[in-house]
Amino acid sequence: MKPSFLSFGSWNLFTFLLALLFALPFLSLLLTAASGAENIWGHLLQTVMPGYLKNTLWLMLGVGSGTLLLGVSAGWLISMSEFPGRKILEWALLLPLAFPGYIIAMVYVELLEYSGPLQTQLRQWFGWLNYQDYWFPQITSLGGAVLMLSLVLYPYVYLLTRTAFLQQSATLLEASRMLGKSAGYSFLQIALPLARPAIVVGVSLAMMETLADFGTMQLFAVQTFTTGIYHTWFGSYNAPGAAQLSLSLLMFISVFIMLERYSRKKQRFHAQSSVQTAHPRYRLAGIKAFFALIFCLFPVIFGFALPAALLIQWAIESWRGVMLERFFSDAGNSLLLAAITAFLGVSLGLLMAFGSRLSKHRRVHWAVRLVSLGYALPGPVVALGVLLPFAWFDRTINNWAEATFGFSSGYLLSGTIFILVFAYLVRFLALAYGSAESGLGRITTAMEDASRSLGKNSWQTLKRIHLPLLSSSMLTAGLLVFVDVMKELPATLMLQPFNFSTLATRAYGYATEELLKEASLWCLTIVLVGLFPVILLNRQLRKSAPQNYQDI
Amino acid sequence: MFNNKKIFTLIVGGLLWLPQFALAAQVNILSERQEFLLRPFLDVFEEQTGIKVNVAYLKKGSLERLKQQPGSVDALLTVDISNLTAIADAGLFQPINSTVINQNVPANYRDPNDLWTALTARARVIYYSRARVKTSELSTYEALGKSGSKQRVCTRSGYHKYNVALISSMIAEHGSATAKSWLQGLKNNRGRKPSGNDRGQVKAIFQGQCDVALGNTYYMGKMLEREDQRPWAAAVGIYFPNQADRGTHMNISGGAVTKAAKNAAEAVKLLEFLSGNLAQYMYAQVNHEYPVKAGIGYSGIVQGFGGGQDGVKKGVFKQDQRNLAEIGRHRKQAIKILDEVNFDN
Repeated sequence: MKPSFLSFGSWNLFTFLLALLFALPFLSLLLTAASGAENIWGHLLQTVMPGYLKNTLWLMLGVGSGTLLLGVSAGWLISMSEFPGRKILEWALLLPLAFPGYIIAMVYVELLEYSGPLQTQLRQWFGWLNYQDYWFPQITSLGGAVLMLSLVLYPYVYLLTRTAFLQQSATLLEASRMLGKSAGYSFLQIALPLARPAIVVGVSLAMMETLADFGTMQLFAVQTFTTGIYHTWFGSYNAPGAAQLSLSLLMFISVFIMLERYSRKKQRFHAQSSVQTAHPRYRLAGIKAFFALIFCLFPVIFGFALPAALLIQWAIESWRGVMLERFFSDAGNSLLLAAITAFLGVSLGLLMAFGSRLSKHRRVHWAVRLVSLGYALPGPVVALGVLLPFAWFDRTINNWAEATFGFSSGYLLSGTIFILVFAYLVRFLALAYGSAESGLGRITTAMEDASRSLGKNSWQTLKRIHLPLLSSSMLTAGLLVFVDVMKELPATLMLQPFNFSTLATRAYGYATEELLKEASLWCLTIVLVGLFPVILLNRQLRKSAPQNYQDI
Repeated sequence: MFNNKKIFTLIVGGLLWLPQFALAAQVNILSERQEFLLRPFLDVFEEQTGIKVNVAYLKKGSLERLKQQPGSVDALLTVDISNLTAIADAGLFQPINSTVINQNVPANYRDPNDLWTALTARARVIYYSRARVKTSELSTYEALGKSGSKQRVCTRSGYHKYNVALISSMIAEHGSATAKSWLQGLKNNRGRKPSGNDRGQVKAIFQGQCDVALGNTYYMGKMLEREDQRPWAAAVGIYFPNQADRGTHMNISGGAVTKAAKNAAEAVKLLEFLSGNLAQYMYAQVNHEYPVKAGIGYSGIVQGFGGGQDGVKKGVFKQDQRNLAEIGRHRKQAIKILDEVNFDN
């Protein structure tokens, strides 16, 4: 007889309840959606929705292939080959991660538009008088948006696939090479399929982040599904309609994720060898080394160095006219939120991934997967989703306190940074969970079984077996959450407590007044603060990877 | 181990620590106006009254915050009419009931039910290329949408609040069907897909992508202040449309007191201060906005607006007197016709 759900053990119940807590926003979205009085669908489908869907699809395809190409190629080159500059590029390739899409987009618009420095200079050199005299690519376009988002989102793919490549057993690849297969064949037939879960997680994260984006799309005048959600909510003040649209977005993503999972259902890869042999790197020489260098330099320069240099220049030009007195508290608030959320996110992500792995109950698997969907929700939708339950909770406590003690307790959870952290977790738990899950996927069930048969319980097994083996995956998760919280804007704006601002909200404050230069000091700081965990992470990754690199 | 009494003491002690319980007079506001623009006003107010102002700066989602957290917010400051009318419709404001504000702010700039008041006004004008367009070729908003118009028009996204308000005023004036065909005409005459912000429209004219654009006086004032942006702004003039009929469409920044306000008296005081001489003078001189209080002069830059236009002297022009509450009523319809003509695409 199958043991009942509740009696199955505390892990099941714990994981399930944890997942349910973070699925609360979906419940409030459902309730909001159901409260809608008018039907918006007919009107939207007849008018703007087809265009939104077309743009969204192209955007997803574009960013998906862009991040795949940049991330996997760079990950492969860095982990499998040796060429001049590789050691620097290994961490430099992570840098664009620190750039929020909306900021890099603003910088490039400023640089590349007609009145920007580049075109002005070109006109001077060539004597062109106006825009009809020459052709210049339009940055504010769908193509421009794809390029921008690919440049800042490929590090997800790079980070996760490189970790996967590094943790693959070298013996498998050696065997392939010894059997006379080419490097290309070994890559396509062995390394790539083994890294597939990691690649898929990376690319889906990039695509989900793209779906949720509004700022970049608004700047580039690209209307996507999320544009529809914003217009319905903030244009027509139809929150139920926006909730309905958000839910259908979630359904679309669920189908997408299910299809992918189904397609690799039969494949479960574990590193078979218990001996983690160091990877031999193929030393590239001559033209090959040159191309590898150029390829890896491209995203670093355009996704980081150039925009950062421009921000530095603008920050120097403008720092006298900005609210410097608020600078340190903004930075402190951002750091605090990012650190708390990263710590909680990693812990919760690991617990959920572990609990879900232990569980044989589909209910648990579904609940955990539901939580990962938060990543694709636009910030304000997440904000609304968390505001409803916590404000309700606060009102209830408040009424009780007033009735019992005669004083008001105020908004304990929904009026403090608690709600911000919770919203970030809803939004970014997918990052932590995804990393933990793909890390766990590389630990054989045989190892768990061995530990359990030696009399260790699941907590001890988690501590003694998984945690040491997972440290690099968890660091990755922590970094991703940290950086994403630093960058998060729309939910922070909507849920900010009184007298509380972050680097991102201050930068937005200037940018919304169309003062990009004044915003640049704060933008720059978001990027620079994001660098610390990137560097820290890279050190740890190196330590945890096999040290004795051999060259052949 | 903790016993129940200790836990209780801890909880109550913790609750009492919360800043909400500070005894000094204070007021909690949501502001759409950004901190670096609003803080100078609040500093003066705090100094004068001893009332501390706590602020959260957001443009989206204030309706939801007011609905879900009654009592947390006392007043709302906006830079556009839409949130004022939408939240008034949702029944989340209370009448302001201030003789000071009634004296300072003309009736067409206040809600008929006294639920909100304007604090400044901004005109939605036509930016035109000084090189390619003569003011005699310009007349009305309506003319920009006429077929055969030789001026290419640029706008920012039609869904931006300033444009939604303008479209709503067209609906109020002509009805939805006429407004829709005007919007379609505007789309047909465009020089490029709607994109960028208000400063972006000025740049688009400078670049030659379009000859005229819809924009806000406020940003032009800000551009003329800055050396790096002056070349673009100098290439572009401001034309006040519809001077021969209803006047130029005005949008407002404004304020309101929430229904569940715990510090309603302080909130009203803040609005009174912002509608008073000093604040109105600051709005006009520092931000180049139109003061709503009579007798406050325009800034030098604002006095230069409409310089080449007949009938406009020292920046004084005919304003559309229609009450903005009426414009708020047509907002949904405005979004609908924007969708129908697929304006942004």
